[in-house]
Amino acid sequence: MRKRGIIPVVYILFLVLPIYWLVSMSFKTTNEILAGFSLFPQTFTIDSYIAIFTDSTWYWGYINSIIYVSLNTVLSVTVALPAAYAFSRYRFLGDKQLFFWLLTNRMAPAAVFALPFFQLYSSIQLFDTHLAVALAHTLFNVPLAVWILEGFMRGIPKELDETAYVDGYAFPHFFVKIFLPNIKAGIGVTAFFCFMFSWVEMLLAKTLTAVEAKPIAAVMTRTASSAGYELGLLAAAGTLTIIPGAIVIWFVRNYIARGFALGRV
Amino acid sequence: MKTENQKAWLFVLPVLFLVAFNALVPMMTVVNYSVQETFGNNQFFWQGLDWFEQILRSDRFHAALGRQFLFTATILAIEVPLGIIIALSMPRQGIWVSVCLVLMALPMLIPWNVVGAMWNIFALPKIGMLGYFMNDVLGVSYDMTQDPLAAWITVVAMDVWHWTSLVVLLCYAGLMSIPDAYYQAAKIDGASAWSVFRHIQLPKMKTVLTIAVLLRFMDSFNIYTEPFVLTGGGPGNSTTLLSIDLVKIALGQFDLGPAAAMSLIYFAITLLVSWVFYTLMTKDDRR
Repeated sequence: MRKRGIIPVVYILFLVLPIYWLVSMSFKTTNEILAGFSLFPQTFTIDSYIAIFTDSTWYWGYINSIIYVSLNTVLSVTVALPAAYAFSRYRFLGDKQLFFWLLTNRMAPAAVFALPFFQLYSSIQLFDTHLAVALAHTLFNVPLAVWILEGFMRGIPKELDETAYVDGYAFPHFFVKIFLPNIKAGIGVTAFFCFMFSWVEMLLAKTLTAVEAKPIAAVMTRTASSAGYELGLLAAAGTLTIIPGAIVIWFVRNYIARGFALGRV
Repeated sequence: MKTENQKAWLFVLPVLFLVAFNALVPMMTVVNYSVQETFGNNQFFWQGLDWFEQILRSDRFHAALGRQFLFTATILAIEVPLGIIIALSMPRQGIWVSVCLVLMALPMLIPWNVVGAMWNIFALPKIGMLGYFMNDVLGVSYDMTQDPLAAWITVVAMDVWHWTSLVVLLCYAGLMSIPDAYYQAAKIDGASAWSVFRHIQLPKMKTVLTIAVLLRFMDSFNIYTEPFVLTGGGPGNSTTLLSIDLVKIALGQFDLGPAAAMSLIYFAITLLVSWVFYTLMTKDDRR
């Protein structure tokens, strides 16, 4: 048994190394980074972080990202809840076809949709708004949310629904007050996944914004090209993008494995 | 059992509207471009299926498709067995479980362009940790901007780093659903570690493994941002995967017709393979 423990340790080491490298670089000056290899920062500096937190283009990049990611999460979970209930409880005309069609949208390469999305959201006057990115991200988040929630809901016995009807509860009351509390974990995990995929997706977010709703990724590319390579600044900005994810993952750590299995274990 | 109820459609309508708006309108735009030729000024001419024929016959498309399949096959061949091995050797309870899960999920929560940029800097010769280690400690000449093989290894390593945890977490969820009684019974029967794996653990992991392969196939086949930021498709065209090539044609050369036709062919391939996986998966669900 002892020997086995070494495998996860080696694996986690492999995962942490590049992250360590990024974090350590964010505390170096760009000159030190370019001068050569050093495992620890020689001249420890937080100038890169100060630069980010005092420049509104930089920190607004983060705020913009957080706004559209939150919008998207709320939107996706809200519309997915009734749909997942329908899929988990009823058979109806075309249900299997519909379910598969939803999944196909998870498969469409984002690169394919970038240009048409730009035209679509420009034509309805939503270009460069948080709502545009939040709506565009529902393309892959809503199918995923339906998929995960359906898995969790099918684990709730149908007797719960039937007892509620016998007891005379109206459907909306039953759904909100009795059913939803039973799949709290499922909703949490679904929200986490929507947050995660919206947070990491940058191609569509970049395509659909210009100034007002510019995500952090777009700010990073701008810096990379205009100021040569400000490696220290880039590393600090990258490090900061890891933090929101690390925070939300801590809340769902006990359910995360089941969530990845789409509730199907 | 599920009851038949057509009113269930009402529950699905919001999802239907939202996804249809996002999926059908852009899809029709792509279809529209794929059968027309444009010379700018918003003038379009009917082209029929010429673009499809041209793409299907072009060596460039074949090469990109070949690289794409090679990439997807390579990462599946590494990530799936590796994921199973790691999941099997994970602790079952205690504080270390949470720590392992959180640390393992971390790479998946980093924005994709940051993943690419991070690995790019990590692999730079002389100043990157990996580049320095390979060149100056091991003495292997390693430079992904010059050597196609090094570029390939870096792209594959990045994907393994980024996504193996998905397979681990899925397998782990499957393993946790096995009741202790199964293991005790196996112990009484004197079953070897291999037969426990073969007859108890593997069958229990079947569903989650199918999900893992399906998700990894779809996502690796559509991968764009990470390799684009890491290598830009180079050196030469050696790491130009399908999506990268597509964007080069669409936005670089602004050949909207061929790019649209290529998108549709690309989408059709993903759809076909995923459909096979999906059928396999739901067949198990129905049992």
